[in-house]
Order: sequence, then C-alpha cells, then structure tokens
Amino acid sequence: MADSGLPSHHADENLRTRFSWFLSGASLITSIPALILMTAHVGFAGFASENGVTLLQATFMVAIIWALPANIVLIGAIAGGYSLFGAAIAVGLSSIRLMPMVAAFVPEMRGPKTRKITLLFLSHFIAVTAWVMGMDRLKHVPRDMRTSYFAGLGITLTLTNTLVVAVVYVLSTDFPPLVFAALFFLTPMYFLTSLWGSARDRSVHVAMVSGLLLFPVIHSIAPAYDLLLTGVAGGIVTMAYVHLAKRSATG
Amino acid sequence: MTWQSLTDWWWPYLFILLAGWLPTDVWRFIGVFIGGRVSEESEALIAVRAVATALVAGVIAQLILYPSGALAETSVFLRIGAAAAGFVAYLALGRRVIISVIAGEAVLLCGLLLT
Repeated sequence: MADSGLPSHHADENLRTRFSWFLSGASLITSIPALILMTAHVGFAGFASENGVTLLQATFMVAIIWALPANIVLIGAIAGGYSLFGAAIAVGLSSIRLMPMVAAFVPEMRGPKTRKITLLFLSHFIAVTAWVMGMDRLKHVPRDMRTSYFAGLGITLTLTNTLVVAVVYVLSTDFPPLVFAALFFLTPMYFLTSLWGSARDRSVHVAMVSGLLLFPVIHSIAPAYDLLLTGVAGGIVTMAYVHLAKRSATG
Repeated sequence: MTWQSLTDWWWPYLFILLAGWLPTDVWRFIGVFIGGRVSEESEALIAVRAVATALVAGVIAQLILYPSGALAETSVFLRIGAAAAGFVAYLALGRRVIISVIAGEAVLLCGLLLT
C-alpha cells in the first residue's frame, strides 16, 4: 500500500465494493438456474446412497470435485469395482471438457491485476451451471470486480449444493418417478435457452447448433469420446463459418 | 487398489481425492494457463469459446437424448418435442429463460400423463 501511495480509506472502500460485488454474486443462489442445479443434486444424493457411498463421502465428493458428471462417473466406477487408476481415467475423460470451458472463461473473468493463484482457486468453482451463468452475466460487472462477483457466485453455489446433498441424504427423500423425470428435464431445458441467450455474436449460435446436431452422430460412432469430439468438431465447423463470414464481408 | 481395498476410514477420501479431484481440477488448472495466453477478441479466443460452447451443447444433447434415471423411461420423441417447444416459446415470447422451462416442462408432463 505504501508504494501506491493510496490513503487507507481508499483501500477500505475498495474492499467494501469488492464485498458488495461478492454478495451480489452470492445472491444469485436464489436464481432459477441455481435452483435447477439444486434439483439435480437432489437426484445425486439418491444415486450416492443407492450405491453405498456414505453421507460424508458424498458431500466431500460434491465439494471437492464440483462437477456432477464426474461425480456420477466416479460413483459408477466405485460400484463397478474399478481400480483407483481406472476410476481416475474415467473421471479424467469426463472432466476434459472443463479445460476449454475454463480457458474461455478466464479472459471474461480476469481483471487487469488478477493474480494467477486467484484464477486457479476460482477455476475450481467453474462447472456447467456456473459457466453458463458467468458467461451470461460477467459482462455486466465492472472488470476489476468480476473475480469478486464470481467468487460469490461459485463458492455459494458449491457450498449450498453440498448442503442440499447432505439434507436430502439424511431425509432420504423419495419422489414418484414423474417428479424425478420433470426435475431431470429442468437442466437441459435451462441450459438450452440460457446458453443461446448468453451469445454475443453469431459464432456462439453456430457452435451450439453444431454441437447439438453432431453429438448424436458422434455418440453412435465413438461413445467413449463423444463429448470431447463434439467440442472439437463443433469448434472446426464454427471456425469455418467465421472465416466464410469474414471473407464474404470483405470480398 | 480399489474402493474396497483398505478398510481404514481415510481410504475412501484418499480414493475420492486421487480418482475424482485430481483428474478433474488438473483440467481446470490447464484451462487457466491456456486462458491466460489468449487475448481478448483474438481469433484464438473465438476458437476456444466455440469448442467450449459445442461441448456444452453436447452435454445438453446428451441429457435430452440419453438421460439417466427416471427420464430414461420416457419416450425420446417426447423429450425432443418438449425441448423444441420450450425453445420455440423462448424465441416467440420475449426470450425469457423461465418461459422456456415452463413450456418445456408443460409439454413433457402432459405427454407423460397422457400415455
């Protein structure tokens, strides 16, 4: 602080602004997508207890892994008697998708002075729901407050869902299949339109449509790598579109 | 070494850390380093965003076409129809996400109750 020559009340004010942006991110816990994610975790608690994973283990998994598909794969591997190495490979394959997601998210989230360690810490809270919400809303947050905003959003989302799993596990809540079917349908329905709405330019729409259409084709050819290959193939289609659009605009 | 190999209380937690946390967060950390190298509004960022978006679209397709649990018992045509109805309602009625969710769920539940 001495180097910057700022009076200390400026620093106080900055901290207060940061905290209020953190709270504003945290308050998204009552938004529709956050509630939808909680319903998905209601289903996960049931899945864990069916497969002999204890309450403490299930909540630990949710908080430390924070990616629902990875958690489901891990429980599947445990139930299937996989070795530690085999389970790690299966989980690793399902989590590769986080790499391009985080790589696209970081330029949105970082401020001019954000440290790498802050980004590494915050990256843990990036999963599909937080990614879609962040890509949609970060552009409305001042640059230097975005990490605080996302910290509020991501940490609250993770802790609340960990709690949801614990509570549902204890209550061992059981719903009729119709309710579960309706709950499980909320996630794709929400993702479909919120991802569409988060787009700033046409390339995101092209990527989305090509991903939706390519997935069933790729799934039937290479089910083990379907998501990864869909990402790569959809990316190639999109870049071809971007180049064609640029060429027709200039020529 | 499997989940059942050791009976010590800490073994399941170590298993979760090594087979769950490590192979998940390592990709996130690599993503941070890649994201740190691409600059705003560059072609590389458009490409990375395209791959990530297509991937998330793949997740959406997976949840609709090949769901697990109670949704797997329902007809794939009903699920596609419900998703399409929700999307059309979103485009037609002022682009509100909540409208798409209500419309999609309404079609799904009507279909399930009628069959």
